[in-house]
Amino acid sequence: MRRAAAVLLAGAAAATGCGGSPPAPRTATITVLAAASLTEAFDDLVPAAHARYSFAGSQQLVAQVTAGAPADVVATADAGSMAQLVQAGLVDPPRDFARNRLAIAVEPGNPRRVQGLADLARPDLKVVLADPSVPAGRYARQILDRAGVTVRPISLELDVKAVAAKVAAGEADAAIVYATDVGRAGSVAIPDDANVVATYPVAVVKATTHRAEAQAFVDRLLGPAGRAVLAARGFLAP
Amino acid sequence: MKRVAVPAALGVALMVLPLAGLLQHAPWSNLWTELASDQGLAALRLSLVCSLGALGVALVLGVPLAWVLARVPFPGRALVRALVTLPMVLPPVVGGVGLLGVFGRRGFLGRHFGSWPGFPLPFTTRGVVLAQAFVAMPFLVVAAEAGLRQLDARYEDAAATLGAGPWRRFRTVTLPLVAPSLAAGAALCWARALGEFGATITFAGSLPGRTRTLPTAIYADLQTRPDAAVALSVVLLGMSLAVLVALRGRWLGAR
Repeated sequence: MRRAAAVLLAGAAAATGCGGSPPAPRTATITVLAAASLTEAFDDLVPAAHARYSFAGSQQLVAQVTAGAPADVVATADAGSMAQLVQAGLVDPPRDFARNRLAIAVEPGNPRRVQGLADLARPDLKVVLADPSVPAGRYARQILDRAGVTVRPISLELDVKAVAAKVAAGEADAAIVYATDVGRAGSVAIPDDANVVATYPVAVVKATTHRAEAQAFVDRLLGPAGRAVLAARGFLAP
Repeated sequence: MKRVAVPAALGVALMVLPLAGLLQHAPWSNLWTELASDQGLAALRLSLVCSLGALGVALVLGVPLAWVLARVPFPGRALVRALVTLPMVLPPVVGGVGLLGVFGRRGFLGRHFGSWPGFPLPFTTRGVVLAQAFVAMPFLVVAAEAGLRQLDARYEDAAATLGAGPWRRFRTVTLPLVAPSLAAGAALCWARALGEFGATITFAGSLPGRTRTLPTAIYADLQTRPDAAVALSVVLLGMSLAVLVALRGRWLGAR
C-alpha cells in the first residue's frame, strides 16, 4: 500500500501543483486505478494533470476498490481480477480495450545471449518474475509450464513494473514481462504456441461521484484516440 | 484540563484503534492453520534468522562505534554521529536504493567484488541481513552511546589503578554497567530489523524462503490471502509486544 499511496500523492500533486500552464479542465478530475503495465499508455491518453492515476498490480487494485478506495475508473490486466469486482457488485459491466503478449526482457544488446525460454533455466542467469498473485506472474508461470522450463528466479516481484525495473537497473539478466514493458531493455520474443495473450478490461466504479467524466474517460479509451495510443505503446487491439 | 484531555484521548485512539482493528479481523478460528502454512512458516523462520543476523552485525560493529562516539574526541565527531543515526529518520526505501548503488551489480563496490566470496548481496538472504542492519543499527548505537556517556569514568579509572588492562576493564566494569542500555538498544534494534520492509524489498526482492520476510509476506498475501496476511500481522504484533514487555523496567515501569 505504501507505493500505491506514494503514487496517489504524486498524482494528486501533479493534478493540483502545475501552475496553470495547461489550463485546468472545467470538469472534475477523476481517479483512475490501473494495472502497472498501463502506466505509459494512460499517461499518453490523458495526461496526469487531468486525471489522478494510481498504478499497481491488478490484485492490489481489486483490494483497493474492495476496501473502498475513492476511484472512478478501474482497468486491470486480466479478466479474472475484474470478474472479482463485478461479482462483488462494485463496478459497471466491464469492456475489453486492449490485449498484450508477454516477452523476455534482457539487458540492451542481450549480452548474456538469451535465445528463448529454455535459456531462462540456465544457472548462470539471474531471472526475475512477477509473483503468481499478479496477472503477469500467473501468465509467466503458464508460459514456463507450457514450455516445460523450470526457472529458479531470484525474486518474485509484486507488480510487473518492478520486474522490468530489475532488468533495466542491471540487477537481473532476464525477466518475463508484457511486451509493452520491455521499454529501454532489449527483448526476446516468446513463440506464439507458448505465449499467453492478456486481455485488459476497463469499468466505471459504481461508487463514482463523477459518472459523466468517468464514462468519458472509458469512451476515450475505447475510441480512436485510445486505440492509437495503445497501439503506439505496443498493445494489440481487443 | 478538558482541553488537553480530548486531544490526548484522540491520540491514544489513533495509536490503539488500528491494533484493535487488526485483532478484530484476525481469523482466530483458523489462525494456526494460516500460520502453519509452508509460506507462513518460511517467512517466520527467515525473519527470525535475518533479524538475529542483523542484530549480530549491529552488536559487532555498533558497540565499538558507540564506544568511539562516546569516548574518543575527534574532529567531526558530531558529523559522524549525525550520519550514522540518519537511517533512523531516512525512509527505508531510500536506504534500499542506496544499498543497490553500492552493492548492486552496477554499484561501485558490487561492480568490482561481485564474484568474491560473500557476494553478490542483492536478492540474497545476506542482502536481507545487510538491509536490516542498515536500518536497525542506529537504534543500538544511540542507546549504547547514551549508556556509555552516563557511565562514571571513575569506576574504570579505579580498575585501571588496580592493574586491570583495557580489555579486562571493558569486560568486568564497563560492560556490566552499560548492560541495561545495551539490552534496551539491542531489543529496539532487533524489533526494527524484524519489521523492516522498504529497504529489504528494494535491495533483496521478494522470494519465498529466501528474501520474503514477514512484512513482505504480509504485503504480498494481503492481496490474495488476506486471512494469512492478518495472521502473520498478529504474530508480528505479538513479537513487538514481547519486546515492549521485556523493556518494561525501562518504560512501562517508569511513572
